[in-house]
Amino acid sequence: MINKKLDRKADIQILDGNHAAALGAKLSRVQVIAAYPITPQSPVTESLSEFVEGGDLHAEYIAVESEHSAMAVCTSASLVGARTFTATSSHGLAYMHEMLHWVAGTRLPVVLACVNRAIGAPWNVQNDQQDSISQRDTGWIQIYARNNQEILDSVIQAYKIAESVYVPVMVCYDGYILSHTEMPVDVPSQGDVDRFLPPYKPHAILDPANPRNYNLVTLANPRVNADGILCHGYMEIRYLLQEALQKSRETIINVGQEFGKLFARSYANMFWEDRLDDAEIVIVAMGSLAMEATVAVDMLREEGHRVGVLSLRVFRPFPKDYLIEALSKARLIVVFDKNISYGSEGATCSEIKSALYGNRINAVIRNFIVGLGGRDVKAREIADAVRKSLPSLEEGGPNIEYPEWICHM
Amino acid sequence: MVAKSCTHICGESSPGIGEAGKTGEWRTSRPVIDPGKCIPAKRGKPSCFICWLYCPEALISKTIPVQIDLEYCKGCGICMYVCPAQAISMVNEGEFCSEQDGLNRS
Ligand code: SF4
Ligand code: SF4
Repeated sequence: MINKKLDRKADIQILDGNHAAALGAKLSRVQVIAAYPITPQSPVTESLSEFVEGGDLHAEYIAVESEHSAMAVCTSASLVGARTFTATSSHGLAYMHEMLHWVAGTRLPVVLACVNRAIGAPWNVQNDQQDSISQRDTGWIQIYARNNQEILDSVIQAYKIAESVYVPVMVCYDGYILSHTEMPVDVPSQGDVDRFLPPYKPHAILDPANPRNYNLVTLANPRVNADGILCHGYMEIRYLLQEALQKSRETIINVGQEFGKLFARSYANMFWEDRLDDAEIVIVAMGSLAMEATVAVDMLREEGHRVGVLSLRVFRPFPKDYLIEALSKARLIVVFDKNISYGSEGATCSEIKSALYGNRINAVIRNFIVGLGGRDVKAREIADAVRKSLPSLEEGGPNIEYPEWICHM
Repeated sequence: MVAKSCTHICGESSPGIGEAGKTGEWRTSRPVIDPGKCIPAKRGKPSCFICWLYCPEALISKTIPVQIDLEYCKGCGICMYVCPAQAISMVNEGEFCSEQDGLNRS
C-alpha cells in the first residue's frame, strides 16, 4: 500500500563510500553534525560541510578541535532533541573512546560512521578493523558494510534503529577499499526516506522550562529521590543498556525488513549468507572482505569443495542464536579477522566459538589474521587458507589455540 | 515510603532538595556560627551573607540569624573560609556523638 506512494525512481549515482555515508546522513535529515577530519574519513566531513554551506542541508555544522569534542557536541545536541551525526577513523575513534561510553550510557541515538583504519603504532593510514573492534564494549550497536550501497542504506537504517531502542549506532566500512572506491549506488529520494524515517523523538530532553539533571553521580545502589521515587543505581542503568542491546536484534531485523519493502533491498538479517545451504565448509568474514571471500568460494567450488560464506553484518549485538542454524551443517569454519585481540585471537573468531558453545555443533574452527594496515587480501589467499585447513576436516581433533597469520612471518 | 518506581533509562533527576540523598551524612566536620561575630546578627539587619552566596549546596539561609541545613551540609568548610568576620568554625563531628554508641544524637 505504502509502495504505491513511493517515488522509487532509480537514481543510480557513482559514489565512493565516504560520499555514500554523507548522503545517507543528509537524506536522514541530520540536524547537528560535529566532526573532525581524519584520513580516510575527511571527505565525509567535507561533503557534509558543503551540503550545509550550500543550503542543501538545514543543519548546524560544528567545527570542533578534536574527536573527543565532536562526540561531546553530539551528546549535548542529541540531549536537546537534535538528530546528530559524526564520522571518524582510527586514532580519532580512539580519542572519542570516553565519549562513546557517555553517549551509550545516556542512551542517545547518535549515529557515527567509522571509516575503518589501522591504529598506531607504527603509523598507518590504511585499512583494517582494529579501530572499531577496540570499541566493541562501549555499548554501541556496530554494523559493518560490504559495499557502498550498504553504507548509504545502513546510515539511514541506523537512525531508525537507534531512535527505536535508544542505543547509538556505529556504521563501519573499510577505509580506501570502500571509502575511496567508486561504485554504483542507488540513491533513494528524499521523499521516500522521509516516509521510512520519522522525526527523532528523544526519550529525555534537556529543556530550561523543565529542568533536569543528566548523568550526575549515581551510586551503586538504588536510592529514593526528592519525589519519593526509587531511582536506579548505577548497576540498574548498566543492566538496562545490556537489555536494550539484547532486544535490539529484533528491531534491527524489523527495520531492515521494512527498508526492504520500501526500497527493494532487504536487510532482514544480522548476517549475509552466500551458498551456505549445502556448505560443510564456512568462511566467516566481515565488511568488504566478505565480498572477496565469495570469489574464493567460486574457486573452491570449482574444485568440488562445498564452501559458503557467512558475512557478519551486525557485530554488536552479536547474533549468537541466529548463527546456530546457519552454521548447523558446518564441519569446518574458517574465520578471517582484520583485527586481533592480542594474546588471544581474532575478535569475530572468539564470538563464533562462544556462539557455538553448547549447541552440539562439532565443527573445527580455524582463525586467520589478515589484511592488517592495508595488507592486500586476495581471493586466492583466502582460498589457500581454506585449502590449508582442509586436513582438519578429516582429522578433526583439537582446534588450534592461536590464530595463524597470512603475512611474511 | 516509596511511591513509584523509576522509569528512567539513563541517569536522570530533577533539581530539588534531597535529590542526591541525605548528603549531610558524608560530613566529618560541622560549620558552627558564632552569633557574637556574625555581621547580620550583630547589626540586626540584612548584610554580608557571603556564606549564603558561596555555599556550593545552597543551604545557608539569608536570614537573621543565618541558619545552616545540616541534613545536606557536606562539611566542605567553604563558608568558614569566606566569612570575613571569622564567625564560622568547623567542629569535628565526633564532638556531637554520644559517648555510648558513637551515633550522632544532636
Ligand atoms: S560547610 Fe560547605 S556545605 Fe556546609 S554550610 Fe558551609 S559551605 Fe555549605
Ligand atoms: S559570612 Fe560570616 S559574617 Fe557573613 S553572614 Fe555568613 S557567618 Fe555571618
